[in-house]
Amino acid sequence: MATTTDTPPPSIPTTFCGLDLAHPVVNGSGTFDAIAAQAVFGDSFLDQFPFAAFVSKTITLAVRDGNPPPRLWETPSGMINSIGLPNKGLAGYLEHDLPKLAALPVPLITNVMGSTAAELCELVAACDAQDAIRAIELNVSCPNVKTGLDIGADPVSLAEVLRAVRPQTTKPLIVKLTPNTADVALVAAAAEAEGADAVALVNTLRATAQAPGGDGRPWLGGVTGGMSGPAIRAVALAQVTAVAQRVAIPVIGMGGIQRGEHAAQFLRAGATLVAVGTESFRDPAAGTRIARELQRLLAQTA
Amino acid sequence: MTVAPFGRRRAVLAAIRKVGSYHLLEVVDRHGPDPEPGQFYMLAATSGWGAGEDERPFLPRAFSAMGGRDGRLWFMLEDIGPGTHRLARLQKGEPLWVTGPLGHGFRIGTPPTPARRPILTGGGVGVPPLIFLSQALVEQGIAPTLQFGFRDTQHAAIAASFDTVQIATDDGSVGHHGLVTELLIRELDDDPHATVYACGPPGMLEAIRRICVEREVPAQLALESGMACGFGACFGCVVPLAAGGYARVCVDGPVLDATALDHVPAH
Repeated sequence: MATTTDTPPPSIPTTFCGLDLAHPVVNGSGTFDAIAAQAVFGDSFLDQFPFAAFVSKTITLAVRDGNPPPRLWETPSGMINSIGLPNKGLAGYLEHDLPKLAALPVPLITNVMGSTAAELCELVAACDAQDAIRAIELNVSCPNVKTGLDIGADPVSLAEVLRAVRPQTTKPLIVKLTPNTADVALVAAAAEAEGADAVALVNTLRATAQAPGGDGRPWLGGVTGGMSGPAIRAVALAQVTAVAQRVAIPVIGMGGIQRGEHAAQFLRAGATLVAVGTESFRDPAAGTRIARELQRLLAQTA
Repeated sequence: MTVAPFGRRRAVLAAIRKVGSYHLLEVVDRHGPDPEPGQFYMLAATSGWGAGEDERPFLPRAFSAMGGRDGRLWFMLEDIGPGTHRLARLQKGEPLWVTGPLGHGFRIGTPPTPARRPILTGGGVGVPPLIFLSQALVEQGIAPTLQFGFRDTQHAAIAASFDTVQIATDDGSVGHHGLVTELLIRELDDDPHATVYACGPPGMLEAIRRICVEREVPAQLALESGMACGFGACFGCVVPLAAGGYARVCVDGPVLDATALDHVPAH
């Protein structure tokens, strides 16, 4: 197809937790379905794969259908999603998705979520046994069944979970931090102290929207959701800056990145990698575009 | 299913004109393949996208093709929100982002002459894929039955060039005073050996789904849903399935069998 350009793929050689990547731009978990994209766009998608590593959507032990619709709400310069982590469950992921994701042209990072340490241990151990999975990301934006608080909102709760989970794998273990906490740097420090190899942030900011009509009913089927997009970029940059100053392990920074200049800001704040999420909805090839813009910026400042 | 080139690309608005309540857009898209009836595109202006009411729109908007051939695409929209408002103000020669063609379109079956007669029933902003399908059927030598429902004369003006279409309006100003589903029931009473192809607002589609499932008439529904991406990434555009769980309108549809759905959601 004529849209394929002869421009060489972006090259900003980057090492992250022992993985050699072509550039520092990856996807945020749950913002890109590489298997669906391959069906929609065919080989042109694999030829121009937009990310330097691929992060899977969140996998849970059991199958999840996700939240009832409506699941989306557009905000000024952003959006709220209330998707509810639909996935095929661990067994379905390993059987159906993993072989396809393993064939992608970039390293695979698998994101998992459990509501107890035991669930997370089972998920992480199962991922550890798969050669195709090069790193594991923990989604800790899940309520602790005992306290009701999100595991990742509470440094004590997170530390307790990591003490159990860390020994389950020798692969790089990334903790995806939630911004919905009093002090994200404190949580990041707890993750580092308990052996996390990297942290990723921000996840979406908790948000809600009322249905049109004026009676105050929630619009979203899941009542609340997570906000993303450029509207949250300044908040994300502050959190990434605070975390990068606090921990020595690598940071994956994300939140509203739309252009190379935004990626550069997160890198200057101390991130090793940046992730693109919502912008891929507007521009499916945003990952490559942002990496290319970043490469141009770095060449100018070199 | 026609596969789209990866990514969004710049197209150019060749013409825009108002027909009654709707805007018709002709877009030059030199680098895309021809769409199939029922497939859709994500559209966005390349500038001024985000400068409207509430600083929106932010996300691209999904539109079914009303036609597409030799690098030209046709769309129809009604200026009712920040996205359609901006698109309705595109100027001739102005660039716009297009991604597509996306999704699974209507299946008209092989051999080319369908065993059951096609009835194309829909209304409002749901008529574009049916107009596209109707043209494809006519080119195959099949004359479909067309039934469109609209609010009033202004909205029905889009159907004026079709001499064989059955029209229903809510206010009775054109054609049948009532619902297009009443016209569908009349057709199915006359001869139920038909396949129904439908597209329209959720309430209309749900009524068509019930009528066809009840009468065991095969029906393909082209669904609409708010979606962020159009290519399976966001999981936002789901509809509930009869078998449980959800289907993504963008990649599993937008055309789905009536029997596969639990119901057509109101949003």
